[in-house]
Amino acid sequence: MKRTIPLAITAIVGAVLVIAYFIPHPPFDGLREDFSIFFDIMATFAFILGGGNLIKMHGNRISRREEGWFFSLVTIVGFLLVLLVGLTKFGNPDGFRGSSVTASGSYFDHVYEYIFRPCGATMFALLAFYVASASFRAFRARNAEASILLLVAFIILLGRTFVGALLTSWLPDSLRFLTIPYLAEKIMVVLNFAGNRAIMIGIALGIVSTSLKVIIGIDRSYLGSD
Amino acid sequence: MRRQPARSPGCLDRHCLPSPTGYRSGRCGGPAALLPLLVLTIWALAGAGLARAQAGASDVSAGDTPSDRGESITVSWEPAPGDRLVDGTVTGYRILRSRSPEGPFEAIGQASPGAARYDDADVENGIDYFYRVETLSLEGAVRSPVIGPAVAQAQWINTNQWNVFVVLVLLLGFNIYYIESIRAGQKPFIRKIAGLEAVNEAVGRATEMGRPILFVPGIQDMNDIQTVAGITILGHIARTVAEYDSQLVVPTSRALVMTTARETVREAYLSVGRPDSYDENNIYYVTDEQFGYVAGVNGYMVRNKPATCFYMGAFFAESLILAETSNSIGAIQVAGTAMPAQLPFFVAACDYTLIGEELFAASAYLSGEPKQLGSIKGQDVGKFLGMVSIVLGVALLTLASVVGWEPLVQAAEFVREFWSTELA
Repeated sequence: MKRTIPLAITAIVGAVLVIAYFIPHPPFDGLREDFSIFFDIMATFAFILGGGNLIKMHGNRISRREEGWFFSLVTIVGFLLVLLVGLTKFGNPDGFRGSSVTASGSYFDHVYEYIFRPCGATMFALLAFYVASASFRAFRARNAEASILLLVAFIILLGRTFVGALLTSWLPDSLRFLTIPYLAEKIMVVLNFAGNRAIMIGIALGIVSTSLKVIIGIDRSYLGSD
Repeated sequence: MRRQPARSPGCLDRHCLPSPTGYRSGRCGGPAALLPLLVLTIWALAGAGLARAQAGASDVSAGDTPSDRGESITVSWEPAPGDRLVDGTVTGYRILRSRSPEGPFEAIGQASPGAARYDDADVENGIDYFYRVETLSLEGAVRSPVIGPAVAQAQWINTNQWNVFVVLVLLLGFNIYYIESIRAGQKPFIRKIAGLEAVNEAVGRATEMGRPILFVPGIQDMNDIQTVAGITILGHIARTVAEYDSQLVVPTSRALVMTTARETVREAYLSVGRPDSYDENNIYYVTDEQFGYVAGVNGYMVRNKPATCFYMGAFFAESLILAETSNSIGAIQVAGTAMPAQLPFFVAACDYTLIGEELFAASAYLSGEPKQLGSIKGQDVGKFLGMVSIVLGVALLTLASVVGWEPLVQAAEFVREFWSTELA
């Protein structure tokens, strides 16, 4: 029963939503949106579960004085602080009832603007350094394929900057096809796009196939069993 | 145009106008008559030109918008003669609507020059509506006759999506056919997927090193099919981990994913007879926020140095940050995603990468079950059909451009439209 009911719900809801895709007539036309709202409601309740799990896990670390417990303390204080200023709307210009939780000038807004966003931007900025280190490893010319990759990457990198245009600007119009910006554009538009499309077609078919397996009940591993 | 009074036949002189008593006296004809003739010709030609510019949209029709839920009427027309890209005088079309043919008509919208249709999405089903199209030009506005009644109604079948239906039925058919044939004993050929072959090796390495195994199921929720695919792979990996009695850690960025992952891993431990080894605290929620999640997972990696990291699901900008961090701690990395923009990052930074469709095939591949392997074969046939269509379309278009035969162009266009998401 524990397996049968979830499988039946999956099969019925999945099949109905697939059929609804081809039926624009009410009540089928609004089913997709309705189920999306159902999901959001469930996810909202699940968030309570997530928040509870976060407090429990970090609370245990603090109480046991595990290694790095101070980070857990910062996490819990931060979580409760944001929750508090959000729920009570501290500092909102129009008071508790008057404005939204994100109103400009509120404490929540300050936390978001001056703590949360800079922290997020810092993490994102790390990407620049990681791109450099990953490129360094990927573009080492160890074999023929890696050498081709290196060459292509070099053309793209130069073609996307002023250096590419500068290096080959002396070429006459008849040899325009040899300029680095032109080559970079052709690599991106023709070769890269074709490869990308092939991957996209595979992904689309994979999604259809996986969805069918889940709806029909062939794949049950998301329930914890085959 | 003003209606001109009648003239005597054969006389074009403007002085030859009828009087109440008959025609005026005076000369009529001779060389002097040529000048007025010329003036009149120019005037007539200019008048004809003005008439062309002022001619409005023709063949105006209004009807229910097809293949929709109703509540929409499509008004279409033939553009006015003055609606030209070069030297055009038409500035647009104004759509007027009324509930009665007598009016009053109110303006409900406007279409740009060159447009030939307008969808009125502000109507109720089952009610008569009447329309007029007003052609706006530099010379003024010309209204079309009243068109109607047009009634909006909901349709039961979306005929615009027939191609999607055909593809879906074909794929379903192929899947079922191959599942049954493999069940009947046919041996399928499934190529080796290096990333999945390495699962045992990666888990074994972590066990030998006495370090945990990290599984990241992406940052999307359970309504994303990539997360579902990731969780199915997690089930298989969890079984291997349970057999090796190693430690599996799954930080999630969604509470629902955490709940599902816990259930999946618990069942996997149960299935190999090691329920006591299962620790639900190893599957925990971090945060919904993308970079907050990355910071949490990176912190875990740097502190605990897992020997193996799996990334299976939907990833965005965090993919490279995660992969490079685990690379820096010397972990074996196996990634799989269907986000084309993130694939190069994983390929560059990870030891093994499941590219797009391989992520969806992984569950079947790892299970080795006939009914699941059949679905991979069905998927492959779908891909083969796509390839044939691409080659056919290219060949038809190439041939059409050489031969110039219209049916070939139409056939190529049909192939292209068949693979479009929405038909015109």
